[in-house]
Amino acid sequence: MGWNVGDTHEVTVVEDLKRTQIVQYAGASGDYNPLHTDELFATKVAGYPTVFAHGMLTMGMTGRVVTDLVGAENLLRFGGRFTSQVWPGDDLTVHATVDSVDEGVVSFTLSTVNQDGKEVFSGYAAARA
Amino acid sequence: MVAERFPIEEGHVASFARSIGDANDAFYGREAIAPPTFVQASAQWDPDYFLRPKIGQPWFGSGKEPTGVKRDRGAGGGGGGTGLHAEQHYEYARPVRVGDVLTATVKPGKTWEKEGRRAGKLVFSETVIEYHDQNGELVVTARGVGVRTEKPVEG
Repeated sequence: MGWNVGDTHEVTVVEDLKRTQIVQYAGASGDYNPLHTDELFATKVAGYPTVFAHGMLTMGMTGRVVTDLVGAENLLRFGGRFTSQVWPGDDLTVHATVDSVDEGVVSFTLSTVNQDGKEVFSGYAAARA
Repeated sequence: MVAERFPIEEGHVASFARSIGDANDAFYGREAIAPPTFVQASAQWDPDYFLRPKIGQPWFGSGKEPTGVKRDRGAGGGGGGTGLHAEQHYEYARPVRVGDVLTATVKPGKTWEKEGRRAGKLVFSETVIEYHDQNGELVVTARGVGVRTEKPVEG
């Protein structure tokens, strides 16, 4: 694939995030923190309005856009910050912008936003071009 | 997460890929590679992972009602209790493949504090986990930052 600096790839990775998907992620990842799946705990004990997704679920869904673009075997670096919580019912869209193509390595800036345009994950990735 | 043995299994990789909504063929089958964030699931192989109910021990999640059980304060790196996952970074020497048997070793990182606008005092702690394969080769380096807050954070 030819890469053009400045190109942005925009992919909606989830619409109306289901509580069951959060449960799926808890089971597969082994992170059973009740904040993510236990409404009573999240509201009555921890003081949140409801359960919320693991940051790593958001990062996993973001990574899907990257590996679809570059090929999963070519990834060199992937990281970022969790900038806002993701709640059941959220829609998430990933924006992956080509920053540079240099010495066979393509670098991206990643921004995952919710249905209100609020950023929930701010990151980067690099892969063999 | 410390795991002396983290065997990369086809079914585990497939269930993880499904959970992140990823239908990429590369992640399914006997020759599958793992999605980039899969090493987080080494938690399943950490005997002491604090966010998994332990057989025969109290669990801090609710039953009919909240239990009032206080959770163990685990090491930083991921979220937990009133702790949240703030950052995660990976470097890959090669993809993780079904059939690999990885070893996860933890190196404690820095700890620092910040005054937050919404959540009061924030205490950040960094954890670096190195994943080596069955030949002793480094496959993935994972650097996580966890944050503990004084108050719940919304939005």
